This record gives sequence, structure tokens and C-alpha cells, in this order.
Amino acid sequence: MARYLLTRAWHSALTLVLASVVVFLGIRALPGDPALALAGEDRSPEALAAIRAEYGLDRPLTVQFGHYVERALQGDFGSSIRTGIPVSDMLRTALPVTIELSFLAILIATALGVGAGVVAAVRRGRPAEWVANFLALVGLSVPHFWLGLLAILYLSVATGLFPASGFVPFFEDPVGNLHHIILPALILGTGLAAIIMRQTRSAMLDSLSADYVRTAKAKGLSPRAVIGRHALRNSLIVVVTIVGLQLGGLISGAVVTEQIFGLPGFGKMTIDAVFQRDYPVIQAVVLLTATAYIVINFLVDLVYSLIDPRIRVAGDAA
Amino acid sequence: MTAGARILEVADLSVSFVTESGNVSAVDHVSLDLAPGEIVGVVGESGCGKSVTAMSLAGLLPRSARVTGSVRLRGTELIGAPETSLRRVRGKEIAYIFQEPMTSLNPVLTVGRQIGEVLQVHERISRKQARARAIELLSLVGIPSAATRVDNYPHQLSGGMRQRVMIAMAVACNPTVLVADEPTTALDVTVQAGILEVLRDLRDRLGTSILIITHDLGVIADIADRVVVMYAGRVVERAPVTELFAHPHHRYTNGLLNASPTPGRHAGTDRLQEIPGLVPVLTTQPDACTFADRCPAADDTCRGSAPPLAALGVADHLVACWHPVEAT
Repeated sequence: MARYLLTRAWHSALTLVLASVVVFLGIRALPGDPALALAGEDRSPEALAAIRAEYGLDRPLTVQFGHYVERALQGDFGSSIRTGIPVSDMLRTALPVTIELSFLAILIATALGVGAGVVAAVRRGRPAEWVANFLALVGLSVPHFWLGLLAILYLSVATGLFPASGFVPFFEDPVGNLHHIILPALILGTGLAAIIMRQTRSAMLDSLSADYVRTAKAKGLSPRAVIGRHALRNSLIVVVTIVGLQLGGLISGAVVTEQIFGLPGFGKMTIDAVFQRDYPVIQAVVLLTATAYIVINFLVDLVYSLIDPRIRVAGDAA
Repeated sequence: MTAGARILEVADLSVSFVTESGNVSAVDHVSLDLAPGEIVGVVGESGCGKSVTAMSLAGLLPRSARVTGSVRLRGTELIGAPETSLRRVRGKEIAYIFQEPMTSLNPVLTVGRQIGEVLQVHERISRKQARARAIELLSLVGIPSAATRVDNYPHQLSGGMRQRVMIAMAVACNPTVLVADEPTTALDVTVQAGILEVLRDLRDRLGTSILIITHDLGVIADIADRVVVMYAGRVVERAPVTELFAHPHHRYTNGLLNASPTPGRHAGTDRLQEIPGLVPVLTTQPDACTFADRCPAADDTCRGSAPPLAALGVADHLVACWHPVEAT
């Protein structure tokens, strides 16, 4: 088990280094001279040289990369070109919003998706399955920005049940915070819930027809134990994979959702930075997203090994 | 043997499945019984309905199955019994061992947990007590160092060990009837012998009645007291094991015996005899002997009406044939 974790951690670290190289080179490969962009009106050679010297742009790429890594490790991503606010400060306020939104969305999606998937598989060919399938189809085909607009229109503007936009930090006002974020989380979670539901359903159908489920029934176990302990536990590996893969999609989904609900999160920060060509911010955002992917993948692998004992042993043997 | 001495009585059991291409009859008026401590073998080709018969005993067939007839366990009717009472029977009164020990065990639970589970549900004991009992059971079925094996997952065990785990799980609650559906088919011959030994030992020590389903006459000869021969969903012959092997009356049984290798048969000159033809499709159960199309002795009587199961020669040797092979 420990060996498996070490191997996976090593792979993750390697991927992270490669990702940072790609981010670094990617930004450098963009057309246009950052010194020109920074210089604004004063484009004299002296001014440009001064800027290049200030930002280290006149040094060899390897040296620049070394500096970039060194500073990134200290949490220093430079300052926004537009506002002058340190990127790390911007992240400090934006990240908690997005993390909370994504976490809630996953929670809602998993609860709805796994629940509906199990019901659809167990009640195969009956009305409950049709309802679940129909809802999944709706969840998959309706774009969530439109669903978000509808929700604002009917649940916020018309009835005033939820605020249409804005955000309150959790530690200032927990109730107000949830009040603000539950609707965006629900909207963000619908697509994911539909995907999870379909995967859970097909994995459960497989497990339910497996020999070990027949054994479990032959032992006289209750339907709850047969479904929960035997069939669902074997289906979870598929579900975890899907959730892991979809988390990436969730980050881009969060960008749109935050924009619609006016949440001051990571997604909104990204969009603003892209529109304003704010390179230090973009660089930090891309690097952070890549890191998030890698960490999530590592966590998914970790969960695999908790669910399936065969993976633990295979890792030890490797 | 008196009727009262029988633990399990199956009478006129019929099973059909509702499919898109109509009703498929899998089991057709099957009757058999089991005395305490007795081992009865059910033998037949693949698809003859022997496994369906076994599964129907404790109501384990899928919803698409239509089951009629009677299955009485110590006089209590099980066909049509509510699911909750069937659950109390499964694992406690009638326990099962299945063919594929790899797929029949849950890959993500330790064997100790899987054995303990059946005890927890039927005997309401704690998880800790169940674990202790699981260790005892593992040693009972001949698994070495049971105290460490109890925490193993199925993939960490060999095929023979997995089947022993299945047996330990099945006998955990000391069931009245053990149904072993092809328990040795997926195993090596040497391992087979060990598994049959475990079953025989359990019968001797715990007095468990065993219904063993197999297509292997060698297994039957080795372990069974009585034999039920099934063909195309019907019982065609029923007799004590030595009587059946000595004097097979049904031409299908005869064919099965001739198709099995026996010591002393000369490989070069004395070829194994195959039974010509195929098992009939079960969508139609004709009012005829189902074996007629493959039988050398078949005539218009055989094609016009189904023969009843009747005693021939010895009282407990029953055969369903219009032209039985006479006792010699």
C-alpha cells in the first residue's frame, strides 16, 4: 500500500514539473513581446531594456524558468499588470469561492447521480427507471448556463427565494453564504449528476447480474445489503473514475457558472484576466488548474485503492 | 424410506421463462427428494435444467421465471412463500455452493467478511464473533493458517482454496440442505478430489443433506448415494448410485455411461460412444419422450406420448421410458 502511494506520488510530482515547463514555455511562445505590452506609450529602446531587466526577460530561458519556479514555490506569482495587486492575494480571495462551489456541486451531483443510478438499475424496466433516465437526459442536454439563467429568472427575480448574484464569505455569515452558493452549485452539479447517474446505472446493472450478487442473495442477505455492500461497492470504481475525469470539466463549468451568478471566484478571475491580457494572472491560473488536475488524479487513485483491494496488491507488486 | 424421513421434497416442479420468443420451459414436472445426511446427485448435459432446478429451491431465479409445483423443506412449502421468509431459509436452511469460485466471491470484501456476513444475518452475532467463527470454519474446510487467511481477498487465494471458502460460507449456519451446483467443474482433478472429500466429511460430521449438481459421472460415482438423471428438463431416471451404474435402464443414461471413460477400456479399439443428435430446444415441450429424436429404440409410442416415471425391477429404481434397457 505504502509503495503504491509512493509510486503514485512520484508520478504526480513528475507530471507537475512537466506541466510547469509547458505553462512557462506556453506563455513565452505567445505572439507579442511582453515588454512591449508592459511599456505602454513609452516604447524607447531604453525603456524596453529597463523593463526586460526588471522582469528578467533578458536572461536565458533556463535562468528565467529557475526564477519562475523558485517564486512560484514561495506562492509568489507576481502582480497583476492591470491592477498591480499581487496575484497571490487575488487567489486568496477567489479560490475559496470556487473550491466551495465545486465541492458543493460534486456533493450534490454524487448524491443525486449515485442515488438515481442505483434506483434506475434496481428498478429496471419500471417507471422509476424511466423517470431517472429522462432526468439524466435533460441534465445532459440542457446547457447549464441556460439552466442558470432560468433559475435566476424564476427562483431569484420572480420569487426572490435566492439572491441572483453576489457572494458572502462562509466565515462571515455561514447561512448567507449557503444561501448565495446553493443555487449555482445545484446548476453546476446537474450535468455531472446526469453523467454519474448513467455510469452508476450501467455499472450497477453489470454488478447486479454478477455471480457474487447471486451468492449474496443465496446467503439470505437483505436487498439493502445485496445492493449496497455487494453490488454498489463493486460499481463505485467506475463512479470514482467518472467523478475524477469530470472534475476538470467542473472547473471550466465553474468559469461559466461564476460569470452568470456574479460569484467572485477563480473562474471569473480567469475570464477577466484573459480579456485583459493579464499574463501573470493567466500564468498562475493555468499552473494552478494543472496542479488541481494532478492532485485530483492522485486522490482518485488513492480512492481506487481504498475501494478495490486488487489495485493495492498490483501496486505493491510493481 | 418413509415420507416423514425426507428433509426436502420436490414434487412436479416446473419452471418456464417468459422471453421475447415465447415461453421457454426449462424444467418440466421434476420430482426428487433428499433424506437427512443423504447425498443425491443430479446429472445431465448442459441446459438440461439441473441448475434451474437447484436455483428454484430457495427462490433464487430471476423475476422472469414462472415456477409451479411444490418444494417442501421439512414439510414447509417454499414455492410462493413470501420473500422475507425465503430470506430466512437461504443460507440458513438451504445453502448454495456455485461453480465458479472466482466470480462467485465478491472481489472487494475479505473472505472473513463474506463468511461472517451470513452468520451476522442469520445468527445475529457481532462482527467480531463472526470473524472468530469464520476462522473456525476456514480450518474446518481444510484451509491452512486460517487466522491469516481470514483477512485475504479472493484474488489472493488459489481456485481450490476459493471453493473451500465458498463451502465454509455455505456451511456457516449449519444448513439442513447444501446445494452444490457444479462445485468441482472449474477445478483441477486433484483439487476436485479434495473438495469432494470436504463435502463428504461435512455430511459425516454435521449430517448435512447434499444435492450435488454435475455433468460429471465420475463425481457422482465418487460421492452420491442416489442419482437423478435429467434430460431436457425432465427426470428420465432415478436410482441408487450402484444400481444405476450397474443397470442403467434409460437409453440416455446408457449413452452417458458409454460416453464416459472407464479404466480398463482399450483406447485404440474401444472408442467412447457419443450420443447422436442435440438436446432439443426447450420452447416446445412436445407430448412425447424428449429423447425420442436421439434414441435408437424410439417408435411411434415414444413420439406420441411422454413416458411416466415408473419403477422397474428394483423398487427405488425409476425410469421414464417406453422401451427401457432390461435389467440383465
